[in-house]
Order: sequence, then C-alpha cells, then structure tokens
Amino acid sequence: MIDGFLALYIFMLAAFTGYEIIARVPVILHTPLMSGSNFVHGIVLVGAMIALGQAQTPFEMTIGFIGVLLGAGNAAGGYVVTERMLEMFKSSKPAAGKESK
Amino acid sequence: MVWLPILIKGCYFLAALLFILGLKRMSSPRTARGGIVWAGFGMLVAVLATFFLPDMHNLGLIVAAVLMGVGAAWWTGRRVAMTAMPQMVALYNGMGGGAAAAIGAVELIGYVRNMLLLHPAGIPDTSPLRPESWAVNALQPIPVVVPLSPIELSLGVLGALIGAVSFSGSLIAFSKLQGWLDKRFVFPAQRAVNLLLLAAAVVVGIMLASGHASLPLIAVFFALALLFGLMMTLPIGGADMPVVISLYNAFTGLAVAFEGFVLGNEAMIIAGTVVGAAGTLLTQLMAKAMNRSIGNVLFGSFGAAGGEAQAIDGAQKPIDAADAAVMMAYAERVVIVPGYGMAVAQAQHKVWEFAQLLIKRGVKVKFAIHPVAGRMPGHMNVLLAEAGVPYDLIADMDEINPEFPVTDVAMVIGANDVVNPLAKTDPASPIYGMPILDVGNAKHVIVVKRGKGTGFAGIENALFYADNARMLYGDGQAAAAELVNELKTLDA
Repeated sequence: MIDGFLALYIFMLAAFTGYEIIARVPVILHTPLMSGSNFVHGIVLVGAMIALGQAQTPFEMTIGFIGVLLGAGNAAGGYVVTERMLEMFKSSKPAAGKESK
Repeated sequence: MVWLPILIKGCYFLAALLFILGLKRMSSPRTARGGIVWAGFGMLVAVLATFFLPDMHNLGLIVAAVLMGVGAAWWTGRRVAMTAMPQMVALYNGMGGGAAAAIGAVELIGYVRNMLLLHPAGIPDTSPLRPESWAVNALQPIPVVVPLSPIELSLGVLGALIGAVSFSGSLIAFSKLQGWLDKRFVFPAQRAVNLLLLAAAVVVGIMLASGHASLPLIAVFFALALLFGLMMTLPIGGADMPVVISLYNAFTGLAVAFEGFVLGNEAMIIAGTVVGAAGTLLTQLMAKAMNRSIGNVLFGSFGAAGGEAQAIDGAQKPIDAADAAVMMAYAERVVIVPGYGMAVAQAQHKVWEFAQLLIKRGVKVKFAIHPVAGRMPGHMNVLLAEAGVPYDLIADMDEINPEFPVTDVAMVIGANDVVNPLAKTDPASPIYGMPILDVGNAKHVIVVKRGKGTGFAGIENALFYADNARMLYGDGQAAAAELVNELKTLDA
C-alpha cells in the first residue's frame, strides 16, 4: 500500500527522468530506444506474477496465467530484440569499437 | 524473517535504478550495448525477488507461465529477421499491454469477490466510497484481503483501459506491418463511432471504479476497450505505424505504472512512468519528423485528403542495370537513399557491396537517411549498421539536402514518400508539408523500384516522372546484385 501523495511524487520524478533520458538522443538510436523502453515496461511481468499469486478462483487464475504469459513474452521478447539491434552497433565505427563494450 | 521484506524492496529499488541507468546508457551509441544488459539484470532481480513475496500462491502456475512466455518470445525474437523488428516491437509491446489489462482484470474480479464476501446480500451503492461502513456488519467474516481503496480502484480501471487499448491496437499494428492486413479499413462516420466506443468504455469504467463492479460489467468494459483499440488502429495507414507503435509503447508504460500503484509495487510505477514519459516524447519527435501532429496521425484520415491532386505530366522512363552501373561508376558523387523497400528485399548487404565497389573506383558514396524512412525512425540506420556501413558514410536529411545539387547520381532504393516532391508543391497531397530528401536536385536520379505502383501512403510520386529520373524496375536485392555484377564486368 503506497500513500497517494508519495505515489504522485514518484510519478512526477519518474516522468521527468524519462523525458530527460530521451531528450537529445540521436535519431540513429530512436529504434533501439523504443525497443529498450518496450523491454523496460516488461516489468509488468512482476505485477502479473503478484496478481496470479493472489488469485483464488480458477477464473482469476486463468486470467492471471494469461497475464504472466503475456508479461513474460514482453520482457523476454523485448530483451532479445533490443539486444540484437544493439549488437549491430558493435563494429560499425572501428575507432570507437574498442572502447565501447 | 524480518529482513526478507526489506531485501525484496531493495531488489525492486535496484531494478528501478538499473532500468533508468540502462535506458540512459542506451541513449548514446557508445554505451548502448551495455545499457540493455544492465536493464536485463534489473529485470532478472525483480522477477526473482517476486517469488519470495509473502502470500504468493499458485507458484507452480507462475513458473509454468513464465517459462512458456519467455521460451516462446525468446525463440521468435531470435529467429525473426532484422527487417521484421518493427512489428516484433509492436507484438511484444501489445503483450505488455495485455498483461497490464490482465492484472486490472484479476484485481477487479478479486474486488467483486471481496465485496460479495462483505455484503452477501448485494453491494450497497455507497459503501465503497466510505470504507468505515465496511465494518458495520460485525457478523460478517472479515475478508482475508483488504479491499481496494477508491483511488486504487480508479487507477486500476484506468490502467486496464489503457492496457487493453494498447493490446488490441498493437496487435493490429503488428498485423499491418506483417502484411496480414494490408487494407485500410474506412467507413463513414468512423470517427464518431470510435468516439462513441471510447465514451462507452469510459462510462462503464467509471461505473466500475465507483463501486458498481460486477462480473458482466467487467466483461463489457474489457470488450469495449479492446474493440476501441482495434477500431482506432484499423484506419491508420502503414506509413504512420512507427508513430502509432511508439504511442502504444507509451500507453503500455502508463498502464503498467497505474497497475503498479494498485499492487503497491514501486518498481512498476517508476519503470512504467519512465517509459510513459520517454515514449510520449519519442512519439512527438517522430510525428515532428513527419511534420504532423499526433492527433493528425490518429484521427486525420491519412491518404484521403480533400481536393484534386495535381496531375503529373510525362512518363516513367526505365533504365537497365548495365546503364545504371556505368552511370554511377563514372560519377564523382553518388548518394544512396534507402527506404522500406530495401528492408523488405533484405538488400542492405548487396547495396553495401555495390557501394564498396564504387568507393574502390574512387566514387564518393554517401547514404542519406530520412528521419522516418522505413517503419521506425532509425530503422534504416539499424539495417545499414547490420550490413557494416560505417557511421561517417551515413548522412541525415539536413546534412545531405544542400549536397544534392553537386551530386551526380542519387540512387533511391525502396524509398518513395520521403523523396516525393509533391510534399513541397501540392497542398492537396496528404504528405504536403512533410520535409523530404531533395534527390530531384541531383544531376541524375535512379529509382530502384519493384513496379509502377504507388508507395505505402498510396500517393503518386512526381519524382518518378521527372526529366532526370530513370526507373530501374526490380526487387531491391536482385537489382543490387545485378548492379554489382555489371560493375564487376566493367572492371574485368
């Protein structure tokens, strides 16, 4: 249980953080970033796990199960796709290739 | 076991921190690769910690669902071609929205169950808003779970609405990009119908949130929300999909944040809000690159602008690969403009091979990328990077446009709307006002194109009829391979 105003503060600060992270990003990284943020909201998996963990009737369990299934897909798929995209930036610029790890 | 709750909270804190740092690292090309690993570690920590939360039941089911979901997504994500990345992002994003909606559904159903437990005779209208009234009937059993507060209930319903819209909308976006749904779906008074659907979903949502929850009403609510996402996305053309996917990405983030509040999970609130804000900004940047507003993308019926389109004089003049190769082999400066057609044809490797042969002959070659070329901003950069094209050969629109007048040959491969001069000259054109690459200013233009048809936006392209333009018909990869061969025979 979170205090309403405390949550409001979290909302506000997190929103600014998200805004600041994306501002001034080169176009070349827009797609990987969209994919990366797609992965980050895969945290919904945790929420779906909690929902399924608290489910009591078979109906709730079914929906919770679907939720966890979808959430796990979001997290895993988001990670793999982002990782594959970023992997290609590895050797594009030979000069910077060594220092970026 | 006093330390366990603190440890779990600590794990969620670490996860939130790693998400933010990971995203920050992803916003610079040099550190981008590490960024996803950091965020991935955060996710792992958060998921593992969740298993140790108190009062977690159905652990077997949870493990099974996690394994199945991860397995399926990991397998498809590994297998899919780089060119299909935009629709995969749409698909996984839709899954996240669906998961958020499912959380909302479970919470709502649990809420109904708890209320029935408290008031077996029926739910009084006023009680949910006055929690003290719940304890009035002392004879009733005290519920195991504390019922949701009105604020939690409202945000839960809102999150479920946004998540469900993002779910069905993203699935439509996925189908469109995958080519399963290639027709735009338009009917009269569509906007009014969609607005009505949304209004109905909101009204039912308010009823749920104000304590009138019942199972049939919950079902109606989700049906309306899903249908709205479907109907809202169907009329949007493929050219606008990048903006739409980005918008749904932000939607899912918000939905996750709201459901996180309901579940009292700070990591979800922070990660969801960060993505919601970042996604909104990203959506705005994309819409701006197309010189359109988000509202215009969502509600303006693209490709159906009023007024007579300008008639285009002349004919498309074909050229064969041999002539095209010679033309470029003896040019001083060549600019290659890739578009979605190159992605579809998987031609990026052949195109780069061709460019390398030209460079070996002393031709100055550059790649010009329009901000919205392809189906996502940066889509072409990713593909060219995959093929091994170095950064310094890739120019963006502002950088390359002044160079076209001194360019001998501009080769357009699979791009259409982003080089259409009608965007500058024809106010009746649906893409009017969109900044374009001025390839027409080059001395010669070679357009590699599959056929004479129009582009994704369904608009005639005046460039193809220009005096200095020649058409090289054929699939992008085949055409590039032919060009490579012609160039090699030239050297032999």
